[in-house]
Amino acid sequence: MFGSYEFDWSSIPGSLNFLGQGLLVSLEITALAIVAGIVWGTLLAMARLSSIKPLAWAAAGYVNLFRAIPLVMVLLWFFLIVPKFLESFLGLPPGSDVRLASAMIGFALFESAYYAEIIRAGIQSVPKGQLAAAHALGMSYPQAMLHVVLPQAFRNMVPLLLTQAIILFQDTSLVYVSALADFFGAAYKVGDRDGRLVELVLFAGAVYFVLCFAASQGVRHFQRRLQRA
Amino acid sequence: MEYQWNWGVFLLPSAVNDGTYLDWMIAGLQTTLSLSLSAWMIALLLGAVVGVLRTVPHRGLAFGATAYVEMFRNIPLLVQLFFWYFVLPEMLPTAAGDAFKALNPIAQQFVAAMVCLGFFTSARVAEQVRSGINALPRGQKNAGLALGLTLPQTYRHVMLPMAFRLVVPPLTSEFLNVFKNSAVCSTIGLLELAAQGRQLVDYTAQPYESFVAVTVAYLMINVVVMLLMRKVEVLVRVPGYLGGK
Repeated sequence: MFGSYEFDWSSIPGSLNFLGQGLLVSLEITALAIVAGIVWGTLLAMARLSSIKPLAWAAAGYVNLFRAIPLVMVLLWFFLIVPKFLESFLGLPPGSDVRLASAMIGFALFESAYYAEIIRAGIQSVPKGQLAAAHALGMSYPQAMLHVVLPQAFRNMVPLLLTQAIILFQDTSLVYVSALADFFGAAYKVGDRDGRLVELVLFAGAVYFVLCFAASQGVRHFQRRLQRA
Repeated sequence: MEYQWNWGVFLLPSAVNDGTYLDWMIAGLQTTLSLSLSAWMIALLLGAVVGVLRTVPHRGLAFGATAYVEMFRNIPLLVQLFFWYFVLPEMLPTAAGDAFKALNPIAQQFVAAMVCLGFFTSARVAEQVRSGINALPRGQKNAGLALGLTLPQTYRHVMLPMAFRLVVPPLTSEFLNVFKNSAVCSTIGLLELAAQGRQLVDYTAQPYESFVAVTVAYLMINVVVMLLMRKVEVLVRVPGYLGGK
């Protein structure tokens, strides 16, 4: 039923090392983007809920802008356009290649817009009385946020943040457009080199599926435990 | 070196003399729109069926539907796209594979991209349909069965008419995602909006203008879809429900 195609998986065992390095790159990008996304996303969420109107508008504009543009477009902006701008603006020597770093920053800026929305919902899920109580105890606004509101908000958000992390991990495959050798980029290179693209795409899909499915089952299990607690 | 802004670049004849660069952009926009809309149709049809199957009291059917959803949700869109474009034509029965490869390259890219986006999105639509059905009060199903309707009749006349109206608001963001995800299809060489923008950078040496134009086009698609869906949401609102009249 599979037509006349003859599978030949022999190029995979020899390339496991290279593929493993690619997977490591994917995981590194994921980890960096999660950390940056949560930190920057928290600041954006607090700005969006701020009573200082221009600050709230700016944060809302940022979040809505990044959520309306495809990730591919954002990566291309930061891979092709921003480095050119930086070169002429900062007067960098033409040899210095800032394109990969720039693409990473673009990726983190994009993902933090999604994190900001999750965190905003999390902050809003904390009853108002908590903030009032913290103020009544004499805490300043930053103290109240840091010690009272955010810890409760993050506890409520953990499952959503983890689910978003799985989506983010899948999104990292799109750094393919910036020629970075992440896991999928590595698989594509091996397949292209050996003329075995069919096998390598199937292999990459299977690896992504196993990792993401296991992670999402883990999140579901964790969520059930949280609900019981 | 000072950058020379030149918005007139779009009116220049293209390097290969097939109209202006603006025509390239418009062609890209048309591809993005037709690709996304046709993929959305596939996603709605498949997603409705799979979403319903996930709720039926039949082990095999529910398991199959769950496997379908998990499959399409846990593999990156880019990998799925390469699967439909590079892998599947090799694995089809020889006649079908050859028929696909006999299409012209642009049609091959479009078909693969459309099917890929359609299936990818259908898994997400299915999840919304399932949660819409599960959000119905249990009494609705019981009442249908108590009136002597069979289970399929209960779905057809009692549950689905309500559930399909309830899922419209959450589907708005999936509809927006189809347009955004269509940009991924530039990776197999399909000349949609993002790919045309990239091509213009190479041909015109006016990168800022072309990227600003493409980004604004995506923003406009976003705004139009949101306004449209707001109208649809008002039309299908269920009186008495949250957000209803």
